[in-house]
Amino acid sequence: MTEDEIRARVIKTLSGIVPELDPATLKPAVSLRDQLDVDSMDFLNFLIALHQEFGVDVPEADAGKLATIDACVAYLAQALQQRTQA
Amino acid sequence: MPRLGADMTAGKVVEWRKRPGERIKRGDVIAIVETDKANVDVESFIEGVLEKILVEPGEERLPVGTPLALIRVEAGAEPAAPAAAPAVAAPQAAAAVAPAAVTPAAAPHVVVPSATLPTQLPPAAATAERARISPAARKRALELRLDAAALAGTGPQGRVTLADVERAAQGAERIAQGGEGTAQGGEGTAQGAVAQAAPVDTVAARQLRMREAIAAAMARSKREIPHYYLACTIDMGRALAWLTERNAGRSVAERLIYAVLLIKAAALALREVPELNGFWIDQRAQQSEAIHAGIAISLRGGGLVAPALHHADQQSLDDLMRGFQDLVKRARAGSLKSSEVTDPTVTITSLGERGVDSVFGIITPPQLALVGFGTPLERPWVVNGEVVPRPLLTATLSGDHRATDGHRGALYLAALDRLLQQPEAL
Repeated sequence: MTEDEIRARVIKTLSGIVPELDPATLKPAVSLRDQLDVDSMDFLNFLIALHQEFGVDVPEADAGKLATIDACVAYLAQALQQRTQA
Repeated sequence: MPRLGADMTAGKVVEWRKRPGERIKRGDVIAIVETDKANVDVESFIEGVLEKILVEPGEERLPVGTPLALIRVEAGAEPAAPAAAPAVAAPQAAAAVAPAAVTPAAAPHVVVPSATLPTQLPPAAATAERARISPAARKRALELRLDAAALAGTGPQGRVTLADVERAAQGAERIAQGGEGTAQGGEGTAQGAVAQAAPVDTVAARQLRMREAIAAAMARSKREIPHYYLACTIDMGRALAWLTERNAGRSVAERLIYAVLLIKAAALALREVPELNGFWIDQRAQQSEAIHAGIAISLRGGGLVAPALHHADQQSLDDLMRGFQDLVKRARAGSLKSSEVTDPTVTITSLGERGVDSVFGIITPPQLALVGFGTPLERPWVVNGEVVPRPLLTATLSGDHRATDGHRGALYLAALDRLLQQPEAL
C-alpha cells in the first residue's frame, strides 16, 4: 500500500467520525484534536475504525503518535511494513 | 391571578365577563387575562355568586397569586370534597378567584382544569380517575396543562405518577421546541420523527430550535432552582495509573476512557447521598431509587443533550463504556430513545477535554443536582508532607437548595473522592 493510498483511507476513516470533515481544508500537520474538535471518545472511535480499516491495533502507549494526519500515515505505513516483513 | 403556563409569573386583566351579583357555574369564563403569549379565558372552578371584583381591567401586570375577585359560595353548593374547601374559601364564605389553569385557545392538548381538582369532578368520575393517577400527579398535570388521561403511567396498575407527569412535561417542552424527545411515544417515535424531519429541515433551523429548547430549560432552572455550588480537588493519580495499566494490554475496542470512571464513581456516590438523585416535583423532592445518569454530550456544530445511561451505578465499567460510546454516537446522529431523553435522574458533565479547571453547571429541571468535572492536570500537591506532582481534577456539585443543603453536598463530593481512590473497586 502506498502512502497516498494510506492517506486517502485514513481521511475516509476520519470522515466517519467527523462527518463535516472537508478533505480540502484538512491540515495534515495540525493535530486532529485542535482543528476538528475531536475529543477523547472521538479519538478512541477513530483508532477503532483504523483497526477495522487497516488491521492495525494501536497500543494505548502509541496513541499519542497518531495526533495528526501525517503522523497517522507514517505510523500506519511503518506498522503495515513491519507486518509484511514478519 | 392564575398561572397560565409554567413560565408565567404575572398577567393583566383585560376584561371581566361577569358582573358583581351574577351567578357563576363551574367552567364559566369569568375574565380574560393577558399573558406574555396570549389573551386567556379564565374559567371558574367553583360555583357561587360573584361578590366583588378586586382588580379593574387594564391595571398593571399582577403577580401570579394576586386575588382578583371574591366569589361567594352558597350553602348547598358546597364542593363535594370538603377537605379541599378550606384551601379555596376565603373568609366570609367568599372564595378568591385563585389560580386556575386555563386553556389557551390555540393549544389542542390542553385540559380545562382547575387548581383545586378534588372539588371539580363529580364523585364517581373522581374515584375512577383517582385509580389511574395520583392526586399530586393530577394537580401537577393541570398546572402544566397536560392532558392527564393521555399520559402513560409507570406506577402500580399503570397508575400515572408525578414522575410520569414531569417526564411528559419535559418531553412536551422538547416537542414544542422541536427537540428530539417525545414524552409518551414508544421508543421508536423520537427517532422516527427526527429521521423524517431531517430531509426537509435545515441544519440551521434545528440548531435554532435546540437553542430555544436549551434556553427554555436553562432559564427555567435559573428561575426556579436556588442553586448552591461546591467544589473539591480530587487526586486522580491512582485512578489514571490503574486505567493506564488496565488499557495497556487491551485492543482499541476494549479500552476505557477515564470519563467512564468518573461516571461510575458519580453514580455510586449517589447511593450514599440519595437525596441528590431524583426530581423536585410538586413542591417537594422525590428521590429516585434508580440512578439514571444523564450524560452531557456536546453536539458537533453546537448544542448539547444529556441522555441517560440507565442504572449507571449497577453497570460494569465495560458495559458503561459500551453504553457511553453508543450514546455519544446516537446523540450526535440525532437518534436518541425517548426513555433516554426523559429518564435522567441526575446530570453529569465533563469539560475536561479542553483544559477547563472546573464547571459550575446549571441543574436540568426537575432534577436535583448536577455533577461536573474539569481537566485532570499535573499540579503540585502535598502528599505525606512532600510536594509532589499529581494529576488533580476539580469535581463540582450544583445542588438544588430546596432539596438539600451544602452539608449533604459535601458528603457527596467526599464519597466521590473516596471512590476514585479505589478504581479497582469501581
